[in-house]
Amino acid sequence: MIVRGTDRVLIQGITGKQGTFWTERMQEYGTQIVGGVNPKKAGTVHCGVPVYGSAKDAMANGEGFDVSVLFIPPLGVRDAAMDAIDAGAKGLVILTEHIPVQDVMYFLAAARERGCAVTGPNTAGGVTPGECFAGFMPAFNEKIFKKGNIGVMSRSGSLGTLICLNIVQAGYGISAFVGIGGDPIIGTTTRDAVMALDSFPGTDAVVMVGEIGGAMEEDAAEFVSTMSKPVAAFIAGGAAPAGKKMGHAGAIVMGDKGTYASKKTALEAAGAVVMPTPSQVGDILKERLG
Amino acid sequence: MNFEEYAGKPVLAEHGIAIPDGRLARTPDEAAAAQIELGPVVVKAQVPTGKRGKAGGIKIADTPEDARAAAEAILGMDIGGNIVKRLLVEGRQAIAREFYAAVLNDPVSKGPMVLFSALGGMDVEEAAEQDADAVRRQPVDIRVGLEVAEARAMLAGLDIAGLNDDIADILVRLYGAYRAVDAELLEINPLALLDSGELLALDCKFVMDDSGIKRQQALAEAGTPDKLTGLEAEGEAKGLKYIELEGDVGVLANGAGLTMTTMDVVRHHGGVPANFLEIGGEAYTKGTDALRLVLENPKIKSLVINFCGAFARTDVMTDGILTGWEELKPDLPVFWSVHGTGDVEAVAMLKDRLGVEPLPTMDEACKAAVNAAKEASQ
Repeated sequence: MIVRGTDRVLIQGITGKQGTFWTERMQEYGTQIVGGVNPKKAGTVHCGVPVYGSAKDAMANGEGFDVSVLFIPPLGVRDAAMDAIDAGAKGLVILTEHIPVQDVMYFLAAARERGCAVTGPNTAGGVTPGECFAGFMPAFNEKIFKKGNIGVMSRSGSLGTLICLNIVQAGYGISAFVGIGGDPIIGTTTRDAVMALDSFPGTDAVVMVGEIGGAMEEDAAEFVSTMSKPVAAFIAGGAAPAGKKMGHAGAIVMGDKGTYASKKTALEAAGAVVMPTPSQVGDILKERLG
Repeated sequence: MNFEEYAGKPVLAEHGIAIPDGRLARTPDEAAAAQIELGPVVVKAQVPTGKRGKAGGIKIADTPEDARAAAEAILGMDIGGNIVKRLLVEGRQAIAREFYAAVLNDPVSKGPMVLFSALGGMDVEEAAEQDADAVRRQPVDIRVGLEVAEARAMLAGLDIAGLNDDIADILVRLYGAYRAVDAELLEINPLALLDSGELLALDCKFVMDDSGIKRQQALAEAGTPDKLTGLEAEGEAKGLKYIELEGDVGVLANGAGLTMTTMDVVRHHGGVPANFLEIGGEAYTKGTDALRLVLENPKIKSLVINFCGAFARTDVMTDGILTGWEELKPDLPVFWSVHGTGDVEAVAMLKDRLGVEPLPTMDEACKAAVNAAKEASQ
C-alpha cells in the first residue's frame, strides 16, 4: 500500500473540485497520473490526462494503471471501487468519509479475493517523499515531508502530518507515510502498515500513530514484538470520555474495549516506546537511533 | 444510531421473525388500556440502553391497576442517564427456553458476523466465557449473504430442542433484515422458545450504521437521536463535531486525531479541556461558526487553536476564525499553533489581523493555554 513513483495512478472523480485540485498537486509532485474517470465526461482531457467512462475502460483502452485514487461521494464509492477492482487494480486509495460500512465490507471482500490492496476509507492518503503522493497530503511542504529514514503510519491525516513535522524539526526525514484512515473497518490495518514500513527500503525506525477505539494497535503490537527496528508510538484520545465517537467513526471506547491503557500496555510489552505527547518523537528517535 | 425496542422489533417482523403483540404507551392510562386489550402483560421501559431489568424498568402486570401502577413507577425513571418517556406493553409469554442471535459488523473479519448461542437472556460475552462452544460464530461473505446451509452448519451439535431448521431460518431472516436496514448490530436476546413450541423475538437491539442513515431516511426517523447538550446540538446543526467536556481550556483543531491529541496535550500539561471541536475534512470552511460555538461555553477561560493542514487548508480555517474574532472581539487569551497546507498565508494573516504569532509547537500552545486558564481562575 505504499505508492511508488513508478506506479501508474488513475483518479476516479478527477473532474470534481477536490479531484482537480489534488490531481494537479500530485502531478506537480511527481505522481504518475495516467488518467481519470467520469462517465459523463468520457473522451475529454482533464488535468492533461484522458478521462474514461470507467476504470475498466481506462485499463482496456488507456495505458493501464496500477493504483486508483477515489474522489467519490459516499454512496458512489462501492460501485466505483468494484469497477477498479474488476478492472484489475493492484491498489486503491479511498479518501471518502461516511461510506456505509456494509458497502465498505462489500468491496473489501472483492479486493481481498482479487489481491487488491485497499488503503482507507477515510484516509488522507500516503506520501513517498521525493517520489509521489496519493490523496490529499501536503507532500510538497518540505518542512513536513523531507525525505529521510523514518517510516510513519497514522489513523489520522492531520495528526500524522503533525508527527511528520515534528520528526523533520528534529533533524530526521520521512521514508514513507501511510495514512490508514479513521473508520472502524478499513483495508490496510495498523499491523499491515507497520509491516509494510518495516520492510520499506531506507527505513530505520517506524513511528506508529494510533488512536482509541478498536483493537488494531493491540494486533499490531504482536508484530512489533518481532521487529528489530525501533518503534515509537503515539496513541491519541487518552483524555477522551468513553462512549463517544471522537470525530472518527472508529475512535470510540466501549466499556473496557479500545482504551488508551490497553493499547499502551500492549505496545510497551512489545518493546515500543509510547510517547505522552507527539513533541517527544525527536528525542525518542535520537535515543534509539543515536 | 440506536433504536429502542419498540422501534427495532418491527424491522424483525417485516422480515418474518415473530414478535409479541404489543402497544406503545406514554401514560399510565395508555398502559392500563393496553393491558385490557392484551391480558397479562410485561411493561417495559423504552430507553436506548441495556440493563433495563436490573434498573427496575421492566414489570409484569395482570390487571389494569397493576399496569397503571407499573407505568407510574417506570415513567420518569432514570436508566443509565435516560429519562423513560415511553413504555412497550406486551402480552406475557410462557417461556420454555431462551436463545441468543445477532448479526454485526466485525472489524476483524471485515465482514458480517452471525452469532448464535443456546444460552439466551444473558450477556453473550459472559456466555462465551462460561463455555467457548456456547457462542457460535459464522463469518459471512457479504457479496453472497448467509446461506441456509451455513446457518444450519453453525447450529450443528447444539442442544436447541431439535429446532435447527427453524432457527436456521430465523438466522437467515435476521441476516436479511440486517442487510436491508444498514444495521451495525441487530440482536435478538432472548429469542424465546415458548411452551407452545413457537419461537418469538422477545427483545431486539438495533443499532444503525450512522453512515447508512442517508439512505435509510424514513426508518431513521424512528431511531433515538444521540443525547446532546445544547451546544452539541448547535454544532450538529452547523455540521461541526462538538463534544462538551468538563474543563475550562477551549480546544479548536482540525481532524479527529489532531483534536483528540490537543485534548491529550492540554491534560498532559495539567489542564482540563472544555470541549472537543474539529473543523477538519469538509468542515474546514466553517471557522467562524466553530469559533462562535467554542466561545458560547461559559466555562472557558482560554483557547488553544491547533491546525495542521493536509486536506484542510490552514489559511482558510484561520481566515474563518479571524472573521469571527473581529466580529465578536472576545476577551479571551488565545494561543495558536499552525502548520501544514497554507501555513505561510495563515501565519501572515495572524500577524496582520490579530497581531500575534503562533507558538512554534502545539505543546507550547497547549501549555500556554493551560497556564492562562489557571491564571484566570485565581
